Amino acid sequence: MKTENQKAWFFVLPVLVLVAFNALIPMMTVVNYSVQETFGDNVFFWQGLDWFEQILRSDRFHAALGRQFLFTFLILIIEVPLGIIIALSMPRKGFWVPVCLVTMALPMLIPWNVVGAMWNIFTLPDIGLLGYFLNHVLGISYDMTQNPLAAWVTIVTMDVWHWTSLVVLLAYAGLVSIPDAYYQAAKIDGASNWAVFRFIQLPKMKTVLTIAILLRFMDSFNIYTEPFVLTGGGPGNSTTLLSIDLVKIALGQFDLGPAAAMSLIYFAITLLVSWLFYTLMTKDDLN
Amino acid sequence: MAKITLSKLRHSYMPAPQSPSDYALKEIDLDWSDGGAYALLGPSGCGKSTLLNIISGLLVPSEGQILFDGKDVTGLPPDQRNIAQVFQFPVIYDTMTVYDNLAFPLRNRGRDEDTVRDRVMAIAEMLEVTGMLGQKAAGLSPDNKQKISMGRGLVREDVNVVMFDEPLTVIDPHLKWKLRSKLKELHQRVQATMIYVTHDQTEALTFADQVVVMQDGEVVQIGTPVELFERPAHTFVGHFIGSPGMNILPCSLQSGTALFGDQAIALEGPIPGQPEGKTEVGIRPEFVSLANSGLPATVTKVSDVGRHTVVECSANGTRINAIVEGAGPEKGAAVHLDFRRDQTRLYVEGWLASTPETAAETVR
Repeated sequence: MKTENQKAWFFVLPVLVLVAFNALIPMMTVVNYSVQETFGDNVFFWQGLDWFEQILRSDRFHAALGRQFLFTFLILIIEVPLGIIIALSMPRKGFWVPVCLVTMALPMLIPWNVVGAMWNIFTLPDIGLLGYFLNHVLGISYDMTQNPLAAWVTIVTMDVWHWTSLVVLLAYAGLVSIPDAYYQAAKIDGASNWAVFRFIQLPKMKTVLTIAILLRFMDSFNIYTEPFVLTGGGPGNSTTLLSIDLVKIALGQFDLGPAAAMSLIYFAITLLVSWLFYTLMTKDDLN
Repeated sequence: MAKITLSKLRHSYMPAPQSPSDYALKEIDLDWSDGGAYALLGPSGCGKSTLLNIISGLLVPSEGQILFDGKDVTGLPPDQRNIAQVFQFPVIYDTMTVYDNLAFPLRNRGRDEDTVRDRVMAIAEMLEVTGMLGQKAAGLSPDNKQKISMGRGLVREDVNVVMFDEPLTVIDPHLKWKLRSKLKELHQRVQATMIYVTHDQTEALTFADQVVVMQDGEVVQIGTPVELFERPAHTFVGHFIGSPGMNILPCSLQSGTALFGDQAIALEGPIPGQPEGKTEVGIRPEFVSLANSGLPATVTKVSDVGRHTVVECSANGTRINAIVEGAGPEKGAAVHLDFRRDQTRLYVEGWLASTPETAAETVR
């Protein structure tokens, strides 16, 4: 019989310690808060699963979750097709390739709170370039600080501006990896442009697009900084996404128990959706 | 099926070519008859893939014309030329089944499903892939993928020419042989003109009736495998075809006699005209034998390649290979080399200059 060498565990140990400190222990404190109630002075009372029940039954949470899903749905439905279209129209070789790539990467290099501040100033009705132009030149009433629809249009546009590039770059990477012979064979087979896209380009982009959608889902589902700086969740609660609501409960009201329970539910939803999506997208590859 | 004519074809990848070296293809005139099996043979970068892409319509030549059965197709896109091409790496549509892959070119041309089914079944049977028709094409082995991409070319009944661009590159050695004989068999069954591009002489010589040897964008020789072996028109052909290639000995000419060093070498026949430039004697190792008299040489290396022994000798600093049956001499031995006279040729500036005895007589 083969003797098993257990020494390998020692090599995993440093990673375990690191993960414990940066993920497991902080998360366990959240779990700890989520089942207790405190009135200060470090005195805790056992609360069981009450907080979870309270959150799951609360209209406020349902509303925030609904807004969150709507936001993620909107940006995915815009960013993924738009990213593919831009990637398809980018040159494959020559002088313009680096120019296009760098231009595409620029929005992603800007810090998130700066993006929020930029778009805030950009869209203010009286002083912002876009806001002033829409209101005073085109005569369209547009004020994202007053009108919920305008606020939504603004945060979605901002996210599209900020993150479509990620889809573009990933899709482009997938496209350039397709050998010329595929296009030549398709030409000889008499394939239409649509057939080339449907049967060559899309299948070859599938892996990178799966990653792009997954990343965009997780990022947009957990988005906080940009809408917080841009609208602060307003007007009213109209752009209060899950994370903004969570911070309001945790730090605004200092309800640590409900906030902890909400964090865990939030985390579970993100994990579940990501897992479902990834499993569905890769199930064909396994056979 | 069609006869293919290339007329004064030239191609350059540069916008404004000046000197001949700017051309990837230098003036080519060729006639390929209907239903023939041809090979384009040459080292990497000799322009054979460029020529292939011009015939298929993926490239438009800088100058000259391509005619299919006398009809000018130079400006036509690939899908209107009715050609088929098999690429180095198998091209298959991953998401489709094998059946859909084979049906794809027909469906794109709007054939009805009954015709499509008949053709696909016939081709599948010919390629022996009937059992895989329902499978996803992505999961196939490289040789089967290559069969499918071949099938996509053959499935159209009106194909003018089927072209193969080094199709066996990614195939395992033991399957190469099988696929190659499959190709040969297919050619006999469908009777389509086939052009096979390769840098592998075995593939070219076994597949083709006529081999076109190319070097630096030029056609050096067109001939049957036997012709290429026996009378290479250029030292390049002599060297490129054969294993080991032809021996090339620098020589000088004095009143019609070739002198290698101070040793006179008897040629196959007379040399017409007054040749000028670099002169060389060419003889294949198969026709060099070890004898008691002849060119003195020293054995530098002996390699037993199984069927025979390759004896590498050195004479006046030039390497000469000889192929002998059975065991060869010891390394370092002093030997004499005998050249079979009717296989000893003279090359001037690389091109064949000597003529065989009988032919020369008829000229006179």
